[in-house]
Amino acid sequence: MNFDDTPQEAEFRSQARAWIAANAPKQYEDELRKSSLGRTQLKNANILEVAKAWQKKKAEAGWACLHWPRDYGGRGSSPIERVIWQQEEGPFGKLSGMFIIGHGMCGPTMMAFAREEHKRNYLPPLASGEKVWCQLFSEPAGGSDVAGLRTRAEKDGDEWVINGQKIWTSGAHYSDYGILLTRTDPNVAKHKGLTMFFLDMKSPGVEVRPIKQANGASDFNEVYFTNVRIPDHQRLGEVNDGWNVSLTTLMNERMSIGAGVSTGFPELFDYCASLMLDDGPAIEDRAVRSKLANWAVKASGLRYTSMRAISALSKGERPGPENSIGKLVAGAMIQDVATYALDLQGAAGVVSGPEDADVAGRFQAMLLRAPGTRVEGGTDEIMRNIIAERVLGLPGDIRVDKDVPFNKIPTKGGN
Amino acid sequence: MNFDFSDDQKQLRDQARKFLTEKCSPKAVRVVLDGKTPYDKELWKGLAEMGFLGVAIPEDFGGAGAGHLELCVIAEEMGRANAPVPFSSTVYLAAEALLIAGRDAQKKKWLPAIASGEAIGTLALFEGKGNPSPKNVKLAAAGGVLNGVKKPVADGAIADFAVVAARTGSVGRDSDISLFLVDLKASGVEVKNLANLDPTRGQAEITFNNCKAEPLGAAGEGWSILTQVLDRAAVLSAFEQVGGADRALEMGRDYALDRIAFGRQIGSFQAVKHMLADMYVSATLARSNSYYGAWALSTNASELPEAAAAARISATQAFQHCAKNNIQVHGGMGFTWEFDCHMYYRRANAMALGLGSLSYWEDQLIDRMRKKNAA
Ligand SMILES: Cc1cc2nc3c(=O)[nH]c(=O)nc-3n(C[C@H](O)[C@H](O)[C@H](O)COP(=O)(O)OP(=O)(O)OC[C@H]3O[C@@H](n4cnc5c(N)ncnc54)[C@H](O)[C@@H]3O)c2cc1C
Repeated sequence: MNFDDTPQEAEFRSQARAWIAANAPKQYEDELRKSSLGRTQLKNANILEVAKAWQKKKAEAGWACLHWPRDYGGRGSSPIERVIWQQEEGPFGKLSGMFIIGHGMCGPTMMAFAREEHKRNYLPPLASGEKVWCQLFSEPAGGSDVAGLRTRAEKDGDEWVINGQKIWTSGAHYSDYGILLTRTDPNVAKHKGLTMFFLDMKSPGVEVRPIKQANGASDFNEVYFTNVRIPDHQRLGEVNDGWNVSLTTLMNERMSIGAGVSTGFPELFDYCASLMLDDGPAIEDRAVRSKLANWAVKASGLRYTSMRAISALSKGERPGPENSIGKLVAGAMIQDVATYALDLQGAAGVVSGPEDADVAGRFQAMLLRAPGTRVEGGTDEIMRNIIAERVLGLPGDIRVDKDVPFNKIPTKGGN
Repeated sequence: MNFDFSDDQKQLRDQARKFLTEKCSPKAVRVVLDGKTPYDKELWKGLAEMGFLGVAIPEDFGGAGAGHLELCVIAEEMGRANAPVPFSSTVYLAAEALLIAGRDAQKKKWLPAIASGEAIGTLALFEGKGNPSPKNVKLAAAGGVLNGVKKPVADGAIADFAVVAARTGSVGRDSDISLFLVDLKASGVEVKNLANLDPTRGQAEITFNNCKAEPLGAAGEGWSILTQVLDRAAVLSAFEQVGGADRALEMGRDYALDRIAFGRQIGSFQAVKHMLADMYVSATLARSNSYYGAWALSTNASELPEAAAAARISATQAFQHCAKNNIQVHGGMGFTWEFDCHMYYRRANAMALGLGSLSYWEDQLIDRMRKKNAA
C-alpha cells in the first residue's frame, strides 16, 4: 500500500504541473475556485467559450481525455495519471463541467459500439471540446425506469425516422451531437425493443426547449423529435439491443459522476474556521465540531473509496456497481452541509446571491442545486437498489411489467 | 500509488480467516460469552503458534517482523470472528507502547512473551467517567510506587502486566503524566472483575496500593507516548471494527435471502434492501478510511494523527450501524440470546468506548485538521 508517486508518476506530475502553469487561463482561477455546485459562472466572460478554449489547448498539447486512446484524441494514460492530472488541474477542472456527459458517457459508449470510421471522425473533436455531446435517455414516461421510454424509431430504407420527446437533457441547447435511446419494437417486453443511435442535434426536426430549474438556472431541456432522420450506420449496437448499450453508458456515468461530485465539506470546514458565533468561533463549538467530524470522515471515506477503485482499475479490473456509492453519499451530504451552513448563519441565511449573502452566497447556491444531484444520473433510491441487488446479491424488485409487451403496460396510476 | 493490500497480505488474510473460521466459531465465542472462561485460551495459544500475536513485533524481540499492514489484515479477521481473546489490549496497546517507548531490557522481557502468547498485557488509563485527558489521570506515582484506582481496564483481570498512566506532576498538564510498567502479579495490586457490555472481552477495576512500578519512557513524556499509542490502536481497532461491520452486514444479507414473509424473501422488500445498502455504504467508507490509516501507520507518515482519528470515527460508526441494523433485519430472532447478532452489537458498542468515545475522537479530528490547514 502506498501513496507516493512512482518515478514515472512523478515525472508525469511535473510535466503536467509545468504545462498547466504555463497555459491555464489564470485570470479565471479565483472565480473558479470560489464557484460552488451549480454556479460555475464567470462575470466578464462566456463560460462556454472559455471552457472550449481551455479544452482545445489541452487537446493540442495532448492533455485532453487522458485515458482515451491516442487515435481518438486521448493520450492513452493510466487511471492514476488521470487522477494526477485532476489534482494538478485543480479549479480549472471545473471548466470541463460542460463536457462531462460527452467525455464521461457518450464517448465511452461510442468507443464500445460505434464503427471504427465514426470513432475516428467523431471522438477527437469531442475530446477537444470543439463538439459538445448530450445524452438523450430520459423521457416524461421513463426516468428511473429508463426502459419505459416511448420515443419511436421506425426503419425507412437506410434510415430511421424518429418521433417523440426527451426531457431533462443537460446541455442539449449547446450540444452538437447526442446519443439517443429509442423504441423500435413496442410489441415485446420493454427492455427488448430498444435501440441506440447517435445523431446530429442540428438535424431537421430536432427542437430544443430549455427548462427553468428549481434553482433558477437552465442547464437542462426538453427535446422534441418530429420525423428526424438518422442513417442506419449511426446505430450503436444491434437493433433491439439498446438496453445493453445503455447499461454501458450508465455504468460509465456512475463512475464518472461518482468520482467527481462535490460534498461541500471543504467549503464548510473553511467557513466554520472563520465564522464567529455568539459564543465564539464556530469551530470551537462542540456541536459544530461533531457535525464537521461526521462529514469529514464521509468526505475522506469517499476520497479513499475512489482511490481504491482507481487502484483496481489500474490492475485491469472493470468499474463495477459499487461505484454507485459516490453520488449516493455525496448528494445527500451536500444537501445536509448546505442546510447546516445556513443554519449557522441564523436569519441571515435566508439571503442569497453573490453580493449580499455570506461567503458570496455559495451555500445558498448549493442548497438550491442539491436536490438535482440526488436525482440526476439515477436517484438515491435507484442507487440503493443497485447496491442491494448487484453488490449484495439481493432479489430484484418485483417487476409487474417485465414480461408484458410494452404496448400493454398501463401508463397512469389509479384514481 | 497503489491503494490496496499486496497479494502476500491478502494471502495472510485468507490464512487468518481460515484459521479463525475453524478455531473461533460462534459456538466457541459463546463459551466465553456465557462466562465459562474469561477468554479462549486455546485460541490464544493457536494465534501465537500461527505467528499472529507477534506479526508486527520485530524478529529481534521474538516476533515475525512483518509490519503493521500485516497486523491490520489480521485485526480485520479478529473482528469478523468476534474473537474472545485479549488481542487489542495486548497487541495494539501494550505491545505498541513498548515498541514506542520501551528500553531494550523491557522489550526483551515482554515482547517475546507477547508474541509467544505467554504474557497478556493491557493499558490502564481510565479512572471512571471521562475521555483521555491528562486532567483525568489522578493515580499518583511517587518514589517508584503507584497509588490509585484504574477503571475500566480492558482485560485487566487476565493481564500479566499493564502500562499505567500516572501523574508525576500536580497540575494535570501533558507534562505531568508519565507511564509505568507494572507486573500485575506483584503485591499491592488488587483486581476486581466488572460486568460489562461485552463479556467476550473483560473489563476490570485495578487498585494500586504502594505498588512497585518501573518507568516506561522518560518522565513527563507519558502523554505524548499515550497519544501515539492511542493513534496506532485507533487504526488497528478500526480494522477489527471493519471486520465486525462486514460480518454483521453479511449475516443480515444472508438472513434477508433466507427468511420468507408475505410470500417473499424479506430481502426483496425495498426497505430491507435499502437498509442493507446503507450498511454496505458505511462499511465501505470505514474500510477506505481505515486503509488510509493503515498506510499512514505503516509509513509513520505525518498524516497519521488525522488519518487515525478519521479511521476511528468512521469505523466506530460503521460497526455500530451494521450491528444494530443486523438485528433489525433479523426481527425477533435478532433479539434472542440464541442468535449471534447481539454478540456483534455488544462488541460494536463496547469498542466504540474503549479508546475514548466518539466525541473525544471528533474533537481530535477537528483539532488535527485545523493544525494541518494552519501549517
Ligand atoms: C439536473 C439533472 C440533469 C439531468 N440530465 C440528464 C441528461 O443529460 N440526460 C438524461 O437522459 N437525463 C437526465 N436527467 C434525468 C434523470 O436521469 C432522471 O430525472 C432520473 O433518472 C429520475 O427519473 P424521473 O425524473 O423520471 O423520476 P421518477 O423515475 O419518476 O422518480 C420519482 C421518484 O420515484 C422514485 N422511484 C422510481 N422508481 C423507483 C424504484 N424502482 N424504487 C424506488 N423508488 C423509485 C425515485 O427515486 C423518485 O424519488 C437529469 C436530471 C436532473 C435532475
